[in-house]
Amino acid sequence: MSVELLNFIETVLNGLMSGVMYSLVALGFVLIFKASGVFNFAQGVFALFAALTLVGYQTGQVPFAHLINELFGTNYHNWYASMPNFLAIILTMITMIALAWIIERLVLKHLVNQDPIILFMATIGLAFALEGVGDLMWGSDVKVLDVGIPSGGSVWLEEATIGLAAEGSDYYGMYIDVLNVWATVIAVILVITLALFSQYTKTGRALRAVADDHQAALSVGISLRTIWILVWAISGFIAMVAGIMWGTESGVQFSLSLIALKALPVLILGGFTSIPGAIIGGLLIGVGEKLAEIYIGGYFETGALENWFAYVMALVFLLFRPQGLFGDKIIERV
Amino acid sequence: MSLEDLKNIPYGKTAIELKNIFLAFGGVKALTDVSFEVKKGEVFAIIGPNGAGKSSMLNVINGFYKPTSGTINFAGTDRGEMEPEFAAKSGIARTFQNIALFKGMSTLDNLMTGRLLKQKQNFLMQALYFGPAEKEEEEHREKVERVIDFLDLQSIRRTPVGSLPYGLQKRVELGRALAMEPEILLLDEPMAGMNVEEKQDMSRFVLTVNNELKTTIVLIEHDMGVVMDISDRIVVLDYGKKIGSGLPNEIRSNKAVIDAYLGVADDE
Amino acid sequence: MLYKETGQYKSTYKSDHAIFPLIQDKIAFSTLMFIAFLIIPFVINSYWEKAILVPFLIFSLAAIGLNILTGYCGQVSLGTGGFMAVGAFSTYKIMTYFPDLNIMIIVLISGLITAAVGILFGLPSLRIKGFYLAVATLASQFFLVWLFNKVPWFYNYSDTGQITVSERLMFGIPVTGATAPPYATYLFCLILVVLLGFAAKNLIRSKMGRSWMAIRDMDIAAEIIGVPPLKTKLSAFAISSFYIGVAGALYFAVFLGAIEVTESFDIMTISFPVLFMIIIGGLGSMLGSFLGAAFIVTLPIGLKFIMVDLVGLSAVTAKHFEITIWGLLMIIFLIVEPHGLARLWSIAKEKLRRWPFPY
Repeated sequence: MSVELLNFIETVLNGLMSGVMYSLVALGFVLIFKASGVFNFAQGVFALFAALTLVGYQTGQVPFAHLINELFGTNYHNWYASMPNFLAIILTMITMIALAWIIERLVLKHLVNQDPIILFMATIGLAFALEGVGDLMWGSDVKVLDVGIPSGGSVWLEEATIGLAAEGSDYYGMYIDVLNVWATVIAVILVITLALFSQYTKTGRALRAVADDHQAALSVGISLRTIWILVWAISGFIAMVAGIMWGTESGVQFSLSLIALKALPVLILGGFTSIPGAIIGGLLIGVGEKLAEIYIGGYFETGALENWFAYVMALVFLLFRPQGLFGDKIIERV
Repeated sequence: MSLEDLKNIPYGKTAIELKNIFLAFGGVKALTDVSFEVKKGEVFAIIGPNGAGKSSMLNVINGFYKPTSGTINFAGTDRGEMEPEFAAKSGIARTFQNIALFKGMSTLDNLMTGRLLKQKQNFLMQALYFGPAEKEEEEHREKVERVIDFLDLQSIRRTPVGSLPYGLQKRVELGRALAMEPEILLLDEPMAGMNVEEKQDMSRFVLTVNNELKTTIVLIEHDMGVVMDISDRIVVLDYGKKIGSGLPNEIRSNKAVIDAYLGVADDE
Repeated sequence: MLYKETGQYKSTYKSDHAIFPLIQDKIAFSTLMFIAFLIIPFVINSYWEKAILVPFLIFSLAAIGLNILTGYCGQVSLGTGGFMAVGAFSTYKIMTYFPDLNIMIIVLISGLITAAVGILFGLPSLRIKGFYLAVATLASQFFLVWLFNKVPWFYNYSDTGQITVSERLMFGIPVTGATAPPYATYLFCLILVVLLGFAAKNLIRSKMGRSWMAIRDMDIAAEIIGVPPLKTKLSAFAISSFYIGVAGALYFAVFLGAIEVTESFDIMTISFPVLFMIIIGGLGSMLGSFLGAAFIVTLPIGLKFIMVDLVGLSAVTAKHFEITIWGLLMIIFLIVEPHGLARLWSIAKEKLRRWPFPY
């Protein structure tokens, strides 16, 4: 195989794996949108909040320590040195469920039957509030997150691929981060579990019913409130997984919440209501972005076109297929 | 081909003729080989059971749906399809089965939107407002006030239409169409969901418009009493096909129509 | 019964179409203008100029611009920051190439350039609607900021990537640059805001405004009464972008003087706050644009005063609190009064009309 081909394969593989991360965040959006018609802009902040909380539990930080210390002149920092990973993860999950319940109680319940745009703006407010609360609770310094997922380049893959290049060529094997492999595996498991859950359980069926038609679901006795809390909790859980992955890779800090912005083009591409759309869209954008970075990015000396490239890609796609990847053809009626 | 052409057609001659119209969405056939003509100055009714393709027919006439095949002869010119903007400019106005008013705007503003095509000042003059733009606004306001008087809408001039009761909304929608001073008025179930008094009012408005302004009216309506009373000619659709047409009396005794739609003929 | 309309009969459509049909409103507005033009310029100091009045005026313009697009025409945009950046960089480039051009003309041309860019990014609005469009406008935000950050021509190849304004005069008095006196920058902004504010109000009460609202309320019906959807949406994008571009030009040239694009025009520092202004002020309300801008400009000052000066929190913690309170206020506003401050104002007027009687 030629070196170019090997490089191409490496790029595609890496693109697929970063695409999985996009899919994961997009999935959180889609679940909430389907079930409650809310375009949850706070999804990225959910991930940040979950990661912050996880680190906080792990390292035994006192919540609101800064605030308390400044108000009362005390000097609290930690209550204990460390906590086992699985316990911290379970506690974070519980926190995210509680958060879903609070959001339903304090926000959604009061905004039923409002325009979708009003709900959308409310989630922008939620994003700000949650970011502020996260910072107040756990501080805004960059934190290291380590739940024991291995990271770094895969030596095995490097050695296995180094021989594939033609004899005597300048090739050192493929580079793939083990963390990304793990992330992919976990994401795949998560998606399969979700699919099974919604396909084969009673709650899953109720979930699909609500997604299809709120009124009809209500009329057969499904409690909308319960379902909403459930989907927001599931989205919180997905956000936690995404938060762990991204947090492990680049530290837990404010920029983590910006992954939401990265997932948005996935939504335009895949459609707001399609789960397969979110997955395929994420993969497409992951690969497209990496390929563009290498094959087009070179022409701009300053590089870094990734921020908007995904959007432009999604928009160009929409021009040819306005209903998205998996949407039905839109027939407008009057 | 313009509004003038339509105006110049003598009363009683064909204003618009639909020839062999087919319309399909994906695999669903909405209209199959439908042909009829509307004569200038008449009240023309399209009737038929739910899902017969009546509204689709109106949508074809004013260009919201493009027929899969067939010809529309409009004021003497053959064309394959209409464009909504072109239809509006050529003097076709319409109302909708499910009211399509601008809910955030007042009755007055909704009616003023009917004058949009006739307002010619450019946006710089509008931004300046004083002078020609203001004069133009006043002229059109006067026209709209006549419609308001005619339809008895004075007391709800400033009310946002979203908060009006159903019957009044239907009336405002008719007002918006009238404000366009149309040559042809398409009415999609103007009396649906109304009580007897409201129906009488609405019939009176429709007939007055037809008699005094000489506006051609194409009407979809389920209330057979009303249809037989006010229309000059009728076409009957069923499952997207034309199953009969003619004068009200002919329709009343048409075997195919009775079987498909009217059930037993009665003189209610 | 302080605010009574009885007895004020209108016998012409002209008087019925006036911006302030009631005598009370006319008096209130004239008083406001009197204070703004003839009192404030004599008492203004640099704190009031830099912290409150000039940012208020500039953000009012931006809010009017976004309100035209979102509130009146119903197209949600998250790209305000990007468009303000277009206005700022246009001003900078025009200043470099035409050193003798009057600053007022430069600002207006910058607005026109932004309008052209707005039309370009408004093109997808024909095919995509609602949230899809909102997300698509993010593309303009990211792309424009990236462009001004990465293409050195825009910042004249300066090492820092910053752009800095040079001094420009109006009637012999500097209105930009470090030496501009507070009253001059204030009056410069005020004149633009008043003129453009009236222009916007006039557009809204004319044919154009009705076309926008028709598209907003029901685009299909609008098309059928002869409102061309693409042309109307693009006109909203163009005019909205013009206002936002002028705001961006003032933000750079008159207010900050020197900017770095990624910081000054970020989605968090511009796009969302301006969106908040029109929601909190009132979607589809001119008055709301001003009230929202006033609220958002003064809120951080008030919060900072309370938390840092009164309670004694550190600046960092206060900032976190500020973000939290912003978010919460937004939610509370949407729950309690989705129509914003402008609606509260009209309710208050209704009360005044009946006062002192409860009904």
